[in-house]
Amino acid sequence: MGVLEGAWDWLTNGAHWSGESGVWHRLGEHVYVSGIALAIACAVALPVGLYLGHLGKGGALAVNISNIGRAVPVFAVLALFMVSPLRNSGYLPTIAALVLFAIPPLLTNAYVGMREVDRSVVEAARGMGMSGGQLFLRVELPLARPLVMTGLRSGAVQVIATATIAAMVGQGGLGRIITAGFNTYDTAQVVAGALLVAALALLVEGALIAADRLLPRAATSR
Amino acid sequence: MAERNCLVANDWICWDYVTSRSQELTDATLEHIWITGASVLIGIALSVPLALLARRGRRWAAPVLGLTTLLYTVPSLAMFSLLLPVFGLSATLVVTGLVLYSLTILVRNVLAGLEAVPAEVKEAARGMGYGSARLLWQVEMPLALPALLAGVRIATVSTVALTTVGSIVGKGGLGNLIAPAVNTSFKAQVLTASVLCVLLALVADLLLLGVQRVLTPWTRATGRPAASGKGA
Repeated sequence: MGVLEGAWDWLTNGAHWSGESGVWHRLGEHVYVSGIALAIACAVALPVGLYLGHLGKGGALAVNISNIGRAVPVFAVLALFMVSPLRNSGYLPTIAALVLFAIPPLLTNAYVGMREVDRSVVEAARGMGMSGGQLFLRVELPLARPLVMTGLRSGAVQVIATATIAAMVGQGGLGRIITAGFNTYDTAQVVAGALLVAALALLVEGALIAADRLLPRAATSR
Repeated sequence: MAERNCLVANDWICWDYVTSRSQELTDATLEHIWITGASVLIGIALSVPLALLARRGRRWAAPVLGLTTLLYTVPSLAMFSLLLPVFGLSATLVVTGLVLYSLTILVRNVLAGLEAVPAEVKEAARGMGYGSARLLWQVEMPLALPALLAGVRIATVSTVALTTVGSIVGKGGLGNLIAPAVNTSFKAQVLTASVLCVLLALVADLLLLGVQRVLTPWTRATGRPAASGKGA
């Protein structure tokens, strides 16, 4: 319990929240970097995954891409960006590495979600004379949504947790609180940093669940 | 004109680097392999009893599955930092962290494999006089093997990638070459170590695919991953 108490003391000390390396600034960086990365990854992965799932083609690619993605260490990708000319462009190395990290699982999940839709329902909709577009929007998408949203949620949590790696190459985010604590043998600060990352991940997951609850009417009543 | 030196020019691809630092690269690769191997082997050894415990009923399943899932959400950087007071700057620290991560995937897959054993098969074995230990080792484990091996493949590939983060305590295999090279902008070293790391993961995956084919010749399908990997 001593460690958690220490972390609590660290977190409740107002001095740790202000300034360049304070919690607010690091939290802002973390949200900014993971938010943009997740948005770009979704914009790329979801349309491609959903469309491939709709066509029922490219399954091998869609499924294997997440296996390949798993083999590529984010730290190595980040390091490669940091020794390239990108290093002088602010948060871009972290964002680019996180986008590459998030695309494979999102794409695979979207594809699998579409393919898991009951084939007989799809056939029935075709028999009723639905066009490809209608089928996609009114049948497949609503039915695939729970799985796609689950994939999106776990993707968001993974991106937030992984964004801490940026600190290893000197980029911003909550990871810097952890590395700073690590370098000064301040376990309380490391725990505080980890708790902040976990809290942010839980908060975002909760927000995505809430957003999901609010959305269904709009998608099905059309 | 003298021959162009790619080390001086700081090129991305530099064969001189590979030849002149071959010892360093070999050592880092070997460290990477043994850290990954030890982590996955310990992970397997722990996941089987944990899965058996989780199978005993909801009272055990909830804490076992909940805890292993919770561990997975701890950022790798925080995990390694938090274990520092316990283990100091050692490979044990990195192996411990990686074992904890591998448990999420392995326990789930072992459990899924055990639960997929048809009830009739278990009844038939019991009817033939199999005790619970013999039932487990001669009937249930072999039938759960495809799911276990599918989990081992996923866990191994993500562990190879995660090992690089161990460089924060100086025990990250190829990550140890990447971290200092970022500070000095040594392009060849970052690229070579990164490529080796990805190759290592792919070779490990192919080897395990071979093991899977040999051990479970009755399944040609590769088995669906039950959980996704963790980013490093």
